[in-house]
Amino acid sequence: MKEEIRSKYEAVIGLEVHAQMLTKSKAYSNDVNEFGAHPNNNISAITLGHPGTLPKMNKKTIEYAIKLGLALGCDIARDQYFARKNYFYPDLPKGYQITQDKTPICTGGFVHIKLEEGTEKTIGITRIHMEEDAGKSIHDVDIYDTLVDLNRAGVPLLEIVSEPDLRSSQEAYYYLTEIRKLVRYLDICDGNMEEGSMRCDANISVRLVGAPEFGTKVEVKNMNSIRNVQRAIEFEIIRQIEELENGGTLSQETRSFDALKGITISMRSKEAANDYRYFPEPDLLPLVIDEGQINAIHAEMPALPRELFLKYTKEYGLSEYDAYILTDTKSIANYYETLLLHTKNYKSAANWLMGDVKSYLNQYGVEIDAFPIPADRMAELIALIDAGKVSTSIASQKIFPEMLVNLTDAPLQIAETLNLIQDSSEDGISTFIQEVIASNPSEIERYKNGEKQLMGFLMGQLMKVSKGKADPKVANELLRKSLENL
Amino acid sequence: MYKSFAEVKTALASGSSVLEIVESYLTKINQHAHLNAYLEVFEQSAKENALRVDEKIKKGTAGRLAGMVIGLKDNLAYKNHKVSAASKILEGFESIYTATAVQRLIDEDAIIIGRLNCDEFAMGSSNENSAFGPVKNHLNTNCVPGGSSGGSAVATGANLCTASLGSDTGGSIRQPASFTGTYGLKPTYGRISRYGLIAYASSFDQIGPITNTLEDAALLLEIMAGDDEYDATVSSKKVANYSAFDTVKPLRIAVISEALYAEGIDPEVSAKMEAVIASLKKAGNTVENVSFPYMDFIVPTYYVLSTAEASSNLSRFDGVHFGHRSQNAQGVEATYKKSRSEGFGPEVQRRIMAGTFVLSHGYYDAYYTKGQKVRRILQNKTNAIFKQFDLILLPTTPSTAFELNAVKDPINMYLQDIFTVHANLTGNPAISLPLGRHSNGMPFGVQVMANHFDEKQLFNFSHYLENL
Repeated sequence: MKEEIRSKYEAVIGLEVHAQMLTKSKAYSNDVNEFGAHPNNNISAITLGHPGTLPKMNKKTIEYAIKLGLALGCDIARDQYFARKNYFYPDLPKGYQITQDKTPICTGGFVHIKLEEGTEKTIGITRIHMEEDAGKSIHDVDIYDTLVDLNRAGVPLLEIVSEPDLRSSQEAYYYLTEIRKLVRYLDICDGNMEEGSMRCDANISVRLVGAPEFGTKVEVKNMNSIRNVQRAIEFEIIRQIEELENGGTLSQETRSFDALKGITISMRSKEAANDYRYFPEPDLLPLVIDEGQINAIHAEMPALPRELFLKYTKEYGLSEYDAYILTDTKSIANYYETLLLHTKNYKSAANWLMGDVKSYLNQYGVEIDAFPIPADRMAELIALIDAGKVSTSIASQKIFPEMLVNLTDAPLQIAETLNLIQDSSEDGISTFIQEVIASNPSEIERYKNGEKQLMGFLMGQLMKVSKGKADPKVANELLRKSLENL
Repeated sequence: MYKSFAEVKTALASGSSVLEIVESYLTKINQHAHLNAYLEVFEQSAKENALRVDEKIKKGTAGRLAGMVIGLKDNLAYKNHKVSAASKILEGFESIYTATAVQRLIDEDAIIIGRLNCDEFAMGSSNENSAFGPVKNHLNTNCVPGGSSGGSAVATGANLCTASLGSDTGGSIRQPASFTGTYGLKPTYGRISRYGLIAYASSFDQIGPITNTLEDAALLLEIMAGDDEYDATVSSKKVANYSAFDTVKPLRIAVISEALYAEGIDPEVSAKMEAVIASLKKAGNTVENVSFPYMDFIVPTYYVLSTAEASSNLSRFDGVHFGHRSQNAQGVEATYKKSRSEGFGPEVQRRIMAGTFVLSHGYYDAYYTKGQKVRRILQNKTNAIFKQFDLILLPTTPSTAFELNAVKDPINMYLQDIFTVHANLTGNPAISLPLGRHSNGMPFGVQVMANHFDEKQLFNFSHYLENL
């Protein structure tokens, strides 16, 4: 599509994210909530919707919902009730979903996203409510029948509905990345879109730039990664613009994303939509949340990425890039925070974490939880450098690799055992200088004749002779003096 | 023949075994098969359990209900036993768990002897809506036993069990109790766990006993009531010692004028009510007429709200996971439609349709929301009465049991619930006591309603009234 046509239009996008909560049991039964179990293993009379069964509230889901609400700056409803959403589907054994309709647990709120140009944009959150997941219909295993797996039926979900504040597929990408980061920080959802534990439906419309009204909205489903959400939205924006440019009209419909072909396909029109006949769920009591409960949950909340980012850039003087990398996952941020309990050299700690430690993690393909060196030991290594006992390069090349395998000895001991403690005494270094002068007569001669750039070579020789132990600062000064006095 | 648990205990004391008691009930059930009270007799498991309880009696470890033989309304789950809600849609369905209330009886060594006929999904007032044929009133087999717990009332009344369990959504325990000369209790909403009761209308349903003595009703309530982690709506309020009847001091009793002087009430029923009121007054109680000017709204409100809930509760019977699946359906949509059309009887279909309508877009506020508002008004008014009075007295039914096929118009049938549905709308406990006998030979009940969770008072007063 030509940029001049594309730029006539503006896309308006709102996202509905379903996040499966990481509770041990399901939303309304004691059945285990886990991914990947053998089909129809995590079930009971309640999950099966057998006659006479009733929902049994899992209080953890309320706590998780409040956590997310507080993290997003939402209002937490004090009085609310659950509702039934009625529809027939084979993977919905009760014939209704327990959800929240008129009284979502969280309303308002916002997410900050960082745009490419470095500016920040605020995306509004309309509401967050609690509901239960349906089972899974599997259409491609048996050629004659659809198979139903009810392990997922009753798994607690948080539905997070954004305002139609997103204007591009890229913004949607950033928004989802932020939401995923947040639910992972809060430990309420693993954010794994490939396994379906986080899912996203996109409401997309386009309008001429400056038009006061929204265009006709199309809902797109079935995108199993953040990248695919971006692709689907991009496709849909172009499709809608083309339709309008060709003189056509858009109809309100639900479309499905085909990741292989990269296109969206119409699933059903809105006219065929269900009347869900929402009404208050009579099997669950209305929920009353008091201030004390909210305060208690607030007190237990971990530091959130945005807070940490601001602290790292404003207080610790780290670059935005460094701060972004360090706050990208909670585990890295936690390690960094623990490191800072033992050292105040923020910059050095950040460099170690983003350099040698990250390389190790990448090399072995592991998360920081599997990193063998505890933070306090890393801090000792940094202290060793700061005290001038070893150089950064010695620490990186010799001591750090040894620390990875020798988990008993402190960095200082390792340095001593390997004879790596830096010599900063003038006497010691002078001996090395004499050795360098003696064994490089021609270079010394050329230096004296004005080839001052040989300083670097001679310094290298000095470090070599000292096996890296000479304190480079002291050594540099002494060498210069010695050469000048020759 | 054992009319009550007291008689069972006497028999046990004089050397009878529980097995012998069970066997005598089995014989009696066989002899009365024409009443169609039982849909299935659990002969084998009942005998096995009888032997087990006999062992416990020998060892001195038997529970409080050892020897009591209980029939279950066919909407209560009992593990590894069929349950069908008297509907074809659940034909062949076996429960994989036991209802909390039933389990509590079993834990006290009661014997479950079978499942009892009822109106399909507890929807009906005559037991004529069962997919397995009507139950006949044992006192006159041309008459209905009432409903929906008709099988439970007849089984108890005809001594085909020591006591039975029913469920009461709009009067389904009390009305058949009135028609069969038995005691029928609907406890406070939330007094007994509903876990394992096939839901009709969740915010109205309560399990309750139908018995031949007040003592048995009180004892069964005492054992079944109380907190249950499987029902969010059950109360954790302490369960009182209901079966120890205390003497009552003079009480303040309200009589609802609109009920006592209702149009269409049988003169013999109102005469009996007047007589009861007179003797209560004479004994020093305060009895006053109060106005409850909402009688015309009670039944419509009940049917709007209960059918709304029912339409959702009965969605799970879809032919996909359990129960009846149409053999003539291709595809999922047709499976739903045909399975449900074939499986549900006409009254159930009527209520599902009505409930779907009142919840549907565009009608919700006019029906469901308004129904909720009226329900709140009824609750407020009733609470106000209980601020001034200890109990409310009213008839259970306007008349005695009518003849089979006599009431054909559904609306007329719905009016059967006029005096009972009040307690379901407001959640109050109410009991029907067999105090009246009509010149036509059939019994009728007097209904007592108490404040929420005041079953203690309800039983104390009922005991007092019986002996007045």
